[in-house]
Amino acid sequence: MADVTMRVWRGDASGGDFEEYTISQNEGEVVLDVIHRIQATEAPDLACRWNCKAGKCGSCAAEINGKPRLMCMTRMDQLPEGPVSVTPMKTFPIIRDLVTDVSFNYAMAERVPALLPPPMPAEGYRMFQEDVQRGQEFRKCIECFMCQDVCHVIRDHEDNKQHYAGPRFFIRYAELEMHPLDTNDRRDLIREDMGLGYCNITKCCTEVCPEHIKITDNAIIPLKERVVDAHYDPVAWLGRKIRRRTKVSASSAAVQPAP
Amino acid sequence: MTYEHHDYDVLIIGAGGAGLRAAIEAKQRGLKVAIVTKSLLGKAHTVMAEGGMAAAMGNVYPEDNWMVHFRDTMRGGKYLNNNRMAELHAKEAPARVLELEQWGALFDRTQDGKILQRDFGGHRYARLAHVGDRTGLELIRTLQQKVVSMGTEVFMECKILKLVHDADGKVAGCVAYHRQNGEFVTFAAKAVILATGGAGKSWKFTSNSWEGTGDGHAMALWAGANLIDMECIQFHPTGMVWPLSVRGLLVTEGVRGDGGVLRNSEGKRFMFDYVAPMFRAETAESEEEADKWYDDHTAGRRPPELLPRDEVARAINAEVKAGRGTPHGGVYLDIATRRSAEFIRRRLPSMYHQFMELAGVDITKEAMEIGPTCHYIMGGVQVDADTAATAALGLFAAGEVAGGMHGANRLGGNSLSDLVVFGKRAGMGAAQYVEAGDVAGPMNMDEVEAAIAESLAPFDREQGENPYDIQHDLQEMMQLNVGIIRTQSELDTARVELDAFTERVRNIKVKGGRAYNPGWNLATDLPAMIAVCKTVTIGASLRKESRGGHTREDFPGADPDFAKFNFAHSTHGGNWDSEIVTRESPLLPMPDELKALLEEAK
Repeated sequence: MADVTMRVWRGDASGGDFEEYTISQNEGEVVLDVIHRIQATEAPDLACRWNCKAGKCGSCAAEINGKPRLMCMTRMDQLPEGPVSVTPMKTFPIIRDLVTDVSFNYAMAERVPALLPPPMPAEGYRMFQEDVQRGQEFRKCIECFMCQDVCHVIRDHEDNKQHYAGPRFFIRYAELEMHPLDTNDRRDLIREDMGLGYCNITKCCTEVCPEHIKITDNAIIPLKERVVDAHYDPVAWLGRKIRRRTKVSASSAAVQPAP
Repeated sequence: MTYEHHDYDVLIIGAGGAGLRAAIEAKQRGLKVAIVTKSLLGKAHTVMAEGGMAAAMGNVYPEDNWMVHFRDTMRGGKYLNNNRMAELHAKEAPARVLELEQWGALFDRTQDGKILQRDFGGHRYARLAHVGDRTGLELIRTLQQKVVSMGTEVFMECKILKLVHDADGKVAGCVAYHRQNGEFVTFAAKAVILATGGAGKSWKFTSNSWEGTGDGHAMALWAGANLIDMECIQFHPTGMVWPLSVRGLLVTEGVRGDGGVLRNSEGKRFMFDYVAPMFRAETAESEEEADKWYDDHTAGRRPPELLPRDEVARAINAEVKAGRGTPHGGVYLDIATRRSAEFIRRRLPSMYHQFMELAGVDITKEAMEIGPTCHYIMGGVQVDADTAATAALGLFAAGEVAGGMHGANRLGGNSLSDLVVFGKRAGMGAAQYVEAGDVAGPMNMDEVEAAIAESLAPFDREQGENPYDIQHDLQEMMQLNVGIIRTQSELDTARVELDAFTERVRNIKVKGGRAYNPGWNLATDLPAMIAVCKTVTIGASLRKESRGGHTREDFPGADPDFAKFNFAHSTHGGNWDSEIVTRESPLLPMPDELKALLEEAK
């Protein structure tokens, strides 16, 4: 097969530029194969993250020809002719070359109030397939963080990272809120501290998801309805005032773990 | 020199299923705990596990119980297992699965709302709790979220170079570097738990990621622990064979559990020709009988496609060798003609995507081309079954890095349950050790300095070899000489070659700086890879019989004399190139009540 020209961004937090590599390729290869060949031959210090090389761990997300993709699942023969550019995800600070600082996501994960199920019966919980199915869709997430990368609320506005969880964590909240066993109530937290209202449903996250999770339709929109209902519905408001709440509020439950 | 330094009661190396479960246990006991991982949290090789976790819950077949699971595990392991580990595993796995649901896991369900269980090779009953074909992801995410909710400290992208002792020789901590900036760091810990996973990256065709370098095996060896059964390597029967770039990538055994069959280039379901005597009584003799079994396990005997993995891998190898392979050197795995497209997409979604996107093959319409791939190392650090303690005081090990549980061959599905059963036990064992109070003193800083100097040497050489070239050649050499079928002359060649590799590793040159430099990282992995390959080769050379994941062309049968001990390796000196000393370590005597369980089965 003909050699391919790869334009790979090299640099660190202080700056950098594209470097061109003309490199061989074989039938059926993916972008990550070619990056590995560059590492093994021309640039052993070329930094990139990867683990499973099977689309299951989400480590090797980068922007290929400007579009967020998993390098391990992007076949070279499906890219247009001509040089292929590979750049790090734009939303996160650069560490080196294709490796970015994704600690924002891990900090957001720490703020998620845990599942709070009732005590488990000796023979285990009973749950039905129809009830776990919705949550299972969100638990397919491989945490590649490409949905976070494309979300313009944080891609274009760095300061929003303080008060915006992003699509990855909206599906996490949706999963917990729809969990058949959960008794924790995170609705105020999601509205006030996690910035659900900033999302204006452009579906960029859904389009980029390698697991084809319908992030916007199945998680964010239902979550918005749930949060809004809780807050603005006058009947629900009155109900909250009158009845003793059976659900623990997220602020008091904090990140209290299950037993 | 002074380095960044941290103190913990329990330090856990590795953030896969075993490491995370160990952390939860130690943390719940009120200890100061940290996890160190080479990668980001949630990316460990556990995510690659597809089919499920074995636990005799009896949700689908109420006849199932721990005794049957124990017996299946021992038979699958060809009786080389540590019987106490196999017993604990079979007894405790159901509780470990159930507790995952308290922490948020969502397994697939039965009609009456219990956890659904699927069939796998070597398990008499449908026993694997699962979520489609992404069970490993569910396990790691559940444990990760639990660990985070407990406020456990996690050092990500931090690579351990070596374990460090105190003045008396107890394990007292370790020295590491942060991959992101290349700075060194020391961790003092009263107890260290190794949960570093496997070593398959030293073979060319492997399902293992870059992390599977056996660095935990090597660290344990250097620290004074013993490695056992290192010759027992599992070649998973079904890895992808084409395109070449994904050769070795795993195809879940769930395909066969859900009805997929193996065919050669003549279209023949060849596994009926490869049923070993010990499995004949319980294996179907005709396609008709086998096919009845999927719907009702009492209506027929098991299909031969669901024999233990070592049996199936050898059969595939033999078919290809006999000239009945596919164009790319594998055999066909066919589920397309046997199950509906809807069923396949629902039960095996990631397999569907994996073949569609990487090979352009629609598995609902065409057969897959598959062949054996290096998948799992049964061998590992010798541990006490109840506490996961190793021979090195203060050092514990759990998960793939530990040896004994699976004997000569692991059954599919027994790995995920191994992680949580012995992860918890390691957390418990380490906590008890810390609470007993007789723990290590300060770290020997000479060991720290020596490890750091060794890691930096490749930068200082004027000239030297690219670490990637050495890794590439090592993988070729091990695949060729210490692969699925072994013979004395090739093993002798490997031993000579490994000495040459040792020399080459002494002459590595690393380019660039220390910050996120994968070439340097590989340079620090290679000594471990070489040490582990040496123990594998020595074990394979000494075990002059075929048993489980160790097959000798020149000794094709199992020899009862070899069923009495494990080969145990240690070093004198604790350096990466120290000479390896190998001895026979007798198997744990089996209590009569466990013996009776195996007798009943015969």
